[in-house]
Amino acid sequence: MTETAGASQRKFAGPTGRSALVVLIVLALAAALPLGLSNYQVGLATEILIFGVLAMSIDILAGFAGRTSLGHGAIFGVSGYVVVYASAQAGLPPATAFLLGVLAATLVAVIFALLAVRTSGVYFLLLTLALGMIVWGICLRWTQVTGGENGMRGDVRPALLMAHRTFYWAVLAAVTAVSYAMWRFVRSPFGLTLLGIRDSESRMRSLGYNVPLHLFVGFAVSGFFAGIAGALYAMFNNFVSPSSVALAQSVEGVLMMIAGGVGTLFGGFVGAAAVIALENVVSAYTERWPMVLGLTFILIMIFAPEGIIGTLRALLTRQARQSPISTKGH
Amino acid sequence: MDRRKFLKTSTATLATVGALPWRKAIAQAGPIKIGLLAPLTGVVASGGKEMVEGVQFYLDQVKGEIAGRKVELVIEDDASNPDTALQKARRLVEQGNCHMLMGDLLANTGLAVANYVKGTGTPYFIPIIAADDLTQRQRIKNVIRVAGYAASAFTHPFGDWALKQGYKKIATVSQDYTFGHEQCGGLAQVFTEGGGEVVQQFWHPLNTADFSPYLGQLADLKVDAIFAMETGADATRFIQQYASFGLKGKIPFLGAMNATDQSVIRTLGEECDGIIAAAHFAEGSDNPVTQKFTREYEAKYGRIPSLYGFSMYSGIMWVAEALEKLGGKVEDRDAVIDAVLKTELVGSPLGKTVKLDAYGNPIYDVSIRKVVKRADGKYWNVPIANYPNVSQFWKYDPETYMKQPPYSRTFQGIKKA
Repeated sequence: MTETAGASQRKFAGPTGRSALVVLIVLALAAALPLGLSNYQVGLATEILIFGVLAMSIDILAGFAGRTSLGHGAIFGVSGYVVVYASAQAGLPPATAFLLGVLAATLVAVIFALLAVRTSGVYFLLLTLALGMIVWGICLRWTQVTGGENGMRGDVRPALLMAHRTFYWAVLAAVTAVSYAMWRFVRSPFGLTLLGIRDSESRMRSLGYNVPLHLFVGFAVSGFFAGIAGALYAMFNNFVSPSSVALAQSVEGVLMMIAGGVGTLFGGFVGAAAVIALENVVSAYTERWPMVLGLTFILIMIFAPEGIIGTLRALLTRQARQSPISTKGH
Repeated sequence: MDRRKFLKTSTATLATVGALPWRKAIAQAGPIKIGLLAPLTGVVASGGKEMVEGVQFYLDQVKGEIAGRKVELVIEDDASNPDTALQKARRLVEQGNCHMLMGDLLANTGLAVANYVKGTGTPYFIPIIAADDLTQRQRIKNVIRVAGYAASAFTHPFGDWALKQGYKKIATVSQDYTFGHEQCGGLAQVFTEGGGEVVQQFWHPLNTADFSPYLGQLADLKVDAIFAMETGADATRFIQQYASFGLKGKIPFLGAMNATDQSVIRTLGEECDGIIAAAHFAEGSDNPVTQKFTREYEAKYGRIPSLYGFSMYSGIMWVAEALEKLGGKVEDRDAVIDAVLKTELVGSPLGKTVKLDAYGNPIYDVSIRKVVKRADGKYWNVPIANYPNVSQFWKYDPETYMKQPPYSRTFQGIKKA
């Protein structure tokens, strides 16, 4: 008991010299990555960064507040729709379009949150799923504005960021800032109240915390980050269609988060990388790739239920703990 | 599996070409790389498989060679999803170095890829994507509808034909998406401008299981004919339920060409008998060239060719004929695009030369065709009337036509009496 408490205290301690070094190395590697990759692979790397942010935004709710959302695909997609509409149809500059997209996504998240914060568990799952389906339905049927099934196209990406590599670096910069913000958020006193709500809602309530309000703010913040991911994705694709707001998009985000590790936050990037790489590699060999993907998830659930990062972390701590004991034992 | 073999050889060549310098001499005359996008998974997977079949059927006939160069076909699954289609298109162009792209079935996948190639300049051929505006209001020069058709191109003459049958009042029922809006719009505009009346239009969501609410209302409308725009499983169900509702034989059934395509009616029995549709291709035509194509295709794949097989077969043939003229110089994209635009397809299974209009859309003779039973009990489409040289703009002036809004649920071109 005491040991786990100690471990989690260490987890929430300030950035030590070593972790700062790790972050710097990872960032340097990520920044140097496009130099060794083809254009197409740079595109994939960009996509991994964007979906990593989506997975992390879901993790804020799932891993820290204990509420898994199946509506984040819709929030993500709404941002994309607004960005494409604002720049291609309304002719606004890319930066304004970007801000409007994130704003719209946050607004949708606020509406979702108002309806969903009083529920938990499977009811929360179903409610967010239903709300996501409503957004999908609107995008599909409101043909005059959304282009219906065909979606909307336009040159959204600013000319300055046209090249694969420049765009990747821009996304990397944005994603680094956003990731830092998310990390700060879950580590803040407010983030800790979310953890408290996850572990025992009734205890938090009896301690005097306004649980629904905290969840509401958590949801809105999570939606804001999902909106940033959506706006980046719209700029990446110059295109948006109902499939970006569909349930499959939400599920993909959740899968990435689970594959990386629930509650690990940065596991989102690992999960996104795993899913996107699998999709692309496997589909080159067989048209039955969705089956391979499904099997992989089943295997992850059986052998690494805490996700890739979660399992790695558990292995590392076990090793650290075991080494002094083993010398004593023999 | 042919697909696997293609993929294996393609990766093998990719790996070795870089490693072996002596191969560089041949590299200039290396293979023509064609990226084929088809939905091999997802809602329209069966159509996607027939698309691949159509292309391979042609390449087998020419022994995998166009203009003296080997053809390397790289097949990618677009998963019936525009985001996936876009990603696969990127892979084919940026990683696979394909000289051209071809394919996609659903309009949204095609539009996503079209928007992408607008930026790269890669020639992209769309024998199946029917979205009107790709060859009208939002034309992209390197996106060419070889051997394809604009959605409303065949329903314009169909509206005219309906008037000639003496129909005064019709109702339409259609899947509620752009492909349906465009086909219904084409028919409604010509039919109402010629003095007919569209009494009511029903729009239902894709994948409707039960049509009885619509069929019940249709039965009460006292119309002279109904026009149904259905694809895939919706078409099968609609035709079956139309018959079991007792409407078959009572109200004439006019269908969109995709409603009576082989991909639908090969699973149906006599409930599809007698449905009329308008199209460029009729597998039951008595034209000897068409007959030969249908016979050979059926012998090879065990089924009568559908629109998908036919269109992709003709599409790749079109590109091949253009490349023959260019001497196989596929590297010069602008020359390829110009050559394809100028090429008149000689070997078409339609048995007649086909050419493109100034907007990159083919001009066809449109057949009014009827589903009839063949001697062996299978059903197929046989032409009963013909409209020669039909343009996607029908008899309108292209400029004026494109000033009206594109067909949508709210704009059907209906002229009020």
